[in-house]
Amino acid sequence: MKTAIASRSRSEKESIRIASGQGYWGDLPQAPYWQVSKGPIDYLVMDYLAEVTMSILQKQKSRDPKLGYAKDLLPVMEQILPFVIDRDIKVVTNGGGVNPQACRDAIFDIARKAGLSRLKIGVVFGDDIFGRVDELLNKGATLKNMDSGEELTKIRDRLQSANVYFGAFPIAEALNDGAQIVLTGRATDTGLTLAPMIYEFGWGENDYDKLAAGIVAGHILECGGQSSGGNFLKDWKNVPDLANIGFPIAEAHPDGTVFITKHDGTGGLVSVDTIKEQLLYEIGDPTEYITPEVIADFTSIRLDQDGTDRVKVYDIKGKPPTESFKVSMAYSDGYYAIGTLTYGWPDALEKAQVADRIMRQRLEDLGYHYDEFHTEFLGYNSCHGPLSPKPSELNEVVLRVAVRGKDREAIDAFGRQLVPLVLTGPPTVTGFGGGRPKPQDVVAYWPSLIPKSLVRPTVEVSEI
Amino acid sequence: MKKVQLLKLAHARSGDKGDASNVGLISRKPEYYPILKEKVTTTAVKAHFAGICAGEVQRFELPNLYALNFLLHEALAGGGTVSLRNDAQGKTMSTALLRMVIEVPDDTAIE
Repeated sequence: MKTAIASRSRSEKESIRIASGQGYWGDLPQAPYWQVSKGPIDYLVMDYLAEVTMSILQKQKSRDPKLGYAKDLLPVMEQILPFVIDRDIKVVTNGGGVNPQACRDAIFDIARKAGLSRLKIGVVFGDDIFGRVDELLNKGATLKNMDSGEELTKIRDRLQSANVYFGAFPIAEALNDGAQIVLTGRATDTGLTLAPMIYEFGWGENDYDKLAAGIVAGHILECGGQSSGGNFLKDWKNVPDLANIGFPIAEAHPDGTVFITKHDGTGGLVSVDTIKEQLLYEIGDPTEYITPEVIADFTSIRLDQDGTDRVKVYDIKGKPPTESFKVSMAYSDGYYAIGTLTYGWPDALEKAQVADRIMRQRLEDLGYHYDEFHTEFLGYNSCHGPLSPKPSELNEVVLRVAVRGKDREAIDAFGRQLVPLVLTGPPTVTGFGGGRPKPQDVVAYWPSLIPKSLVRPTVEVSEI
Repeated sequence: MKKVQLLKLAHARSGDKGDASNVGLISRKPEYYPILKEKVTTTAVKAHFAGICAGEVQRFELPNLYALNFLLHEALAGGGTVSLRNDAQGKTMSTALLRMVIEVPDDTAIE
């Protein structure tokens, strides 16, 4: 079976179409359905995980062993499975979270209810090291904060999740074992897109330029519609029909050339400029885009418009990867609360500023202190802070106050002091319908590295 | 020389990398790229973001895309999950940079 799939794919497919279905957990719910139904694709890739998502999922799993994955994936699967089976589309997603096996079982349930059989789901395990932290420390991992250099002991007892970023090769292995759907935990966003190329074209671990090309394609796809006209700054007023935005599709070729496009008849825009904006998104040193498989050089990327809504991405260079995997950890770091009140004309800004001063004084008089007390005026300075020119007159302004600290009672007191400003502060204030702001948990992020030799992904493919 | 706002010469996208904000600055025309390289220096960007960026500013060149990438360290008041800002992830730092005014030669064609 293995050989049959591999040889069929590698000899017959001149290119494959990999479609982005979700750029993050909370992305446009109808996008996956659009991608499988509005035109031809071979793969659907969906990214569900952000840094703090894992800690939320870890908490859910501790309350119920059947939870801990991206639950939004289930209604999506219900909707797309008939197309996936009918059109032989493969699905790759990191929506497995910290419980990919429970996610697999839930998808099998959906398939059974739909009367589908012979569905193979592959799962990549091993990224979740939350229960193995002490063992790995004993084996020589330090798990220091890679930004600040601080030792893990500083936050060890407040740790809420710890996940290794695995890449594309374990996913490609699952595909090679016949999986039609591959579920992972904390796989890299880029790896979801690279994996089908590795599997279909037989790329090896030393094919650095090709791997880098797949990573660049992955970077372009990983934020969904953000490369096909969404959040496009240059000429946003002329992006057509964003209501029906076509999410990006990477048409990948065995030599590493990739064309970015979208389904015919959809809205949005794929141009050299939309791709450029996405390439520049959330990167550091462009000559060293580090992934588990390769270090890609974004300064080698060439882009050509190749017809309407079609951009050729080529000439990409890569070099050998590092000896470490990135580790994403989350820890609890106190509490915060945010509240808003709206002040109307005249003197809207001045009223909001006076209200802020009154609130700060009352809390200080009560003896409460905060690690941070932050005030912004929406309509004036919440985007650009001190770079915002002072407006001559505002029709209204939203006072937005926020506090953070370790003492939950102090955060609670802040909530109790906000709404009373309505009758004991400056006039013409509204927008307090939400009531008292409640304390929320601060979940802070602890990025780290671990030697690749200490953690190994494992792959399991099962069938109903 | 005449004064022009970066908004006329470039477009941009920004996001977060921990407590650093990344701002990608892309020339609207290839001929603007040398101007951006000369005028939008780390020193100029650090000064522009006074009161926002507490740390170092790094700049990287992408001549293939006629673009510059900036990392503004300690610019997000603690980073995505800790920051109390409305724009905790620095999504609007792109246009904050485009507010910058620079001097260009008088014969520079600007739309």
